[in-house]
Amino acid sequence: MADTTGTATPETLASHGEDGVRRRDFINIAAVSFAGVGAVAVVLPLVSQMAPSADVLAESSTEIDVSSIEAGQAIKAVFRKQPLFVRRLTPAEIAEADSVAVSSLRDPETLAERTKEGHLDMLVTMGVCTHLGCVPLGAAEGENRGEFGGYFCPCHGSHYDTAARIRKGPAPANLVVPDYEFTSDTVIRVG
Amino acid sequence: MSFPWASQYEPKNGLTKFLDEKLPLPRLVYGAIGAGYPVPRNLSYMWNFGVLAGFCLVLQIVTGVVLAMHYAPNALVAFGTTEHIMRDVNWGWMMRYAHANGASFFFIVVYLHIFRGFFYSSYKAPREMIWLLGVVIFLLMMATAFMGYVLPWGQMSFWGAKVITGLFGAIPVVGEPIQVWLLGGFAPDNAALNRFFSLHFLLPFVIAGVVILHIWALHIPGSSNPTGVEIKTEADTVPFHPYYTAKDGFGLGVFLLLYCAMLFFLPNYLGHPDNYIEANPLSTPAHIVPEWYFWPFYAILRAFTVDFFFIPAKLMGVLAMFAAILVWFFLPWLDKSPVRSGHYRPMFRKFFWFGLIPTMAVLFYCGGAPAEEPFVMLSQLATAYYFLHFLVILPLVSSIEKPEPLPYSITEAVLGSDKKAVLGENTTPAV
Repeated sequence: MADTTGTATPETLASHGEDGVRRRDFINIAAVSFAGVGAVAVVLPLVSQMAPSADVLAESSTEIDVSSIEAGQAIKAVFRKQPLFVRRLTPAEIAEADSVAVSSLRDPETLAERTKEGHLDMLVTMGVCTHLGCVPLGAAEGENRGEFGGYFCPCHGSHYDTAARIRKGPAPANLVVPDYEFTSDTVIRVG
Repeated sequence: MSFPWASQYEPKNGLTKFLDEKLPLPRLVYGAIGAGYPVPRNLSYMWNFGVLAGFCLVLQIVTGVVLAMHYAPNALVAFGTTEHIMRDVNWGWMMRYAHANGASFFFIVVYLHIFRGFFYSSYKAPREMIWLLGVVIFLLMMATAFMGYVLPWGQMSFWGAKVITGLFGAIPVVGEPIQVWLLGGFAPDNAALNRFFSLHFLLPFVIAGVVILHIWALHIPGSSNPTGVEIKTEADTVPFHPYYTAKDGFGLGVFLLLYCAMLFFLPNYLGHPDNYIEANPLSTPAHIVPEWYFWPFYAILRAFTVDFFFIPAKLMGVLAMFAAILVWFFLPWLDKSPVRSGHYRPMFRKFFWFGLIPTMAVLFYCGGAPAEEPFVMLSQLATAYYFLHFLVILPLVSSIEKPEPLPYSITEAVLGSDKKAVLGENTTPAV
């Protein structure tokens, strides 16, 4: 060392300042904080890797041609690996859905709120029961459509009406209407 | 060890002396499950189930590692490789049946182990930590079993995974993002199957670690016994080996007889035929039920059909299901009676045999039954009693009950004597 007169020992180096704080305290806090930030930075990718990967997200929108669906018919499509019901309602079914007092429903929504403007007959919903996620019956020909003429979930007996609104049974909410739009008069893009 | 008369390990030859100096593993085993562990002399067959559970864990790990050599956790081929194990792999059918039925027998043994704990209040001081670790093991077992059932990628695998992860969707606001995060997608698919496989392989070793802590915690106060009276003298104990290695060995023989009868003659009895149909996200089986060992908790989940104030019914069900197990964590402090054994607690005994046990039986039955009346109402009544039992009846009984006189010591209980203990004297831990 250049300063031969100094008596620098670890004790004096770490000596108390005027405010009673040791210089080493600063190093301790700085080091632990830095390590803490590093640990959090490592946790982030570890948590994030669990989220849907790019290829799963890439499948998150689907285009469906609805021109071939006749009134009274429904098709099952796949959206995000889950069933999607697309159904063209008959005038009688629309009238039936509109005749219900909305305030009497468990999950109050009108048919108009559940469809796109100008396409009141085109009912697009997830085919996933809002109770525990089973696939309700009623989309295919000849399946049980329940007491209200819409969909019926066989798992725990939830009945949905012609607007796919919950009417009876344990499900808490209407069948979910996903985000979708008409890209032309006959094609919808879901997601 | 906690008892001064515990016999000490003595290495006899050069090799064991060498080992004892460098890494005293034989000494550890001798003290833990050998002649160096003094155990109450009056343990009944209800004390077999700890060792049997340990055996089941080893059985599951061995058969599971073998199955993982032939199985591929990919949604495209998982179902196919499961059938490949059943049809093509040498002894594959036996390994898979051994693993699937092994899981069921693991739960049978653990449930009996837990009910032994309930009746003899094995959770009471000074054994709270053993009990808490045991509940942790049980939770880990449930997670492991659930994820394992998803792996064959049959219809029940898929829909079970969907319903159970859907439970998280009941949590307000964050529920759905959590569900998507857990599954790595919007429905169970390859990402979910892969991570379930990874965790299903990992968790048994975590369980093994907690089991070591469970046994470590047990060796501090030593084993309890059917009288609930603590060990007083050496005469109250016998060494674990050969006395209880022999008794547990006999129990293991009986266990293996029953297990093999199931494995070889009724291998699919506890399974569901629907799981031999490949997973189909567009078609739901008519009747989704979890494996039998989840039925009581599934019944509690489904018991909530109406909203409570601002809490939706679905969320209530989820909370109640988790609470049904979490309440066990508080058991050591809910049951305040100083007497441990149900044999000396007349009022507790009645509520145990005529309250808790029938309730569990009803929940068990209703969990496997379709969600219709009268099963829904029965589940509701049983769920109400279940929580009433732990949260109200147990604390109340322990304060008003007059326990029967305890024997003075384990030896007196075994050999007979009129000498009775003073309450309190027998409930303090051995020093």
